[in-house]
Amino acid sequence: MFEFIQRFFGKPASSETAKERLRLVLLSDHLSLAPDVVESLKHDLIEVISRYVDVDAANCDVSFEQQEAAVAMLANIPILGMRTRPTPPAPPPDPPTPPTAPPNSGRGKRRRRRASPAGANIAAPAPPPAPAPGAPGFSPV
Amino acid sequence: MIEQEAPAASAVPRKRGRAIVVTSGKGGVGKTTTTANLGAALGASGASVVLVDADVGLRNLDIVLGLEARVRHHVLDVLEGSATLDDALVTDKRVPTLRLLAAAQTREKDEVDTAAFRDLIASLRDRFDYVLIDCPAGIEKGFANAIVGADEAIVVCTPEVSAVRDADRVVGLLGDGRSVKLIVNRLRPALVRKGKMLSVDDVNAILRLPLLGVIADAPDVIVSTNKGEPVALDAASPVGEAYRLIAQRVAGTLTGEPEIPRERTYFEKLFGSLR
Repeated sequence: MFEFIQRFFGKPASSETAKERLRLVLLSDHLSLAPDVVESLKHDLIEVISRYVDVDAANCDVSFEQQEAAVAMLANIPILGMRTRPTPPAPPPDPPTPPTAPPNSGRGKRRRRRASPAGANIAAPAPPPAPAPGAPGFSPV
Repeated sequence: MIEQEAPAASAVPRKRGRAIVVTSGKGGVGKTTTTANLGAALGASGASVVLVDADVGLRNLDIVLGLEARVRHHVLDVLEGSATLDDALVTDKRVPTLRLLAAAQTREKDEVDTAAFRDLIASLRDRFDYVLIDCPAGIEKGFANAIVGADEAIVVCTPEVSAVRDADRVVGLLGDGRSVKLIVNRLRPALVRKGKMLSVDDVNAILRLPLLGVIADAPDVIVSTNKGEPVALDAASPVGEAYRLIAQRVAGTLTGEPEIPRERTYFEKLFGSLR
């Protein structure tokens, strides 16, 4: 919508800029004011990823960052190794296997994932739902 | 301290007044002006009103009301027992049912005991129909003190990103236990039409509060503050009328959607400049 106005009128009405900035800043505020939601999201996220790869659960970090045009979720999840066989429909996984290598060994094992811009309605600071397995919107940077 | 009031309080039948805090989070959006004008309008309609300046250290409500020369004691004197409530209450020059309890200018917000302040508001509610509390900017102890005795809140917000953000935060801090309503202040209808200012709907799409009214950004308000005469008492001022309508909404004598200020026509501008 914002880009639409920008494209057709050359210059956006500054009230539209204000609205968009408010939307982003409030989204960011509401996320930072709901650490329990973020913690629960982080837990679910790790659980889902653990179905496919062994992750270093103790060193995972999920944060939100306000950028120019979006609020992005940044997840830093160290991967220790592949699971022998991906089992998507498997029941909740067993706890991640103890690390065989010290964490942070090898930068290549760290994978940074970035969610698509959160498009939640700012007026309703509802927590973002925990991502379902294979949910769209997660693409490696 | 409050016990000193006991004889007077027991002589008159106790009221169960409403304690309303006027707050915003952000500074400079018009809390004090709103408190003064709402109080003046409610008082002028016959209700007994006390305005409490909770902005300890930065006292201004007395200035806006033009009562600065009459203040002898302040809220901390009362809380500490060095003055009685009756000594400290200043009666308005124009509205005999309107009283002011000034803040201390040379003290700090941290010096105010939250429980004592709550008791003070409770004792004022026994004596007045309305206790309006002018909240300081910020969300620290001054804010906590100002809201503690109030079961209703009015959030004042200007159509700016920073003010809306802070108002959103304050609404969260006020909690679910209070009735919270909104006044949008300093709206400039011409700018809204040109897409250069957030509209009332834009603001309230985020805050989602019952709207008490909208105050236009008008020279009347600045002039009245210069003089220390609340614009709500100016029968000819459109902004004064807007404050009077807000007072009626607060009192519950007026319902329905509040009017949004419109642009003045060229004729009105010409006429207005001749006033």
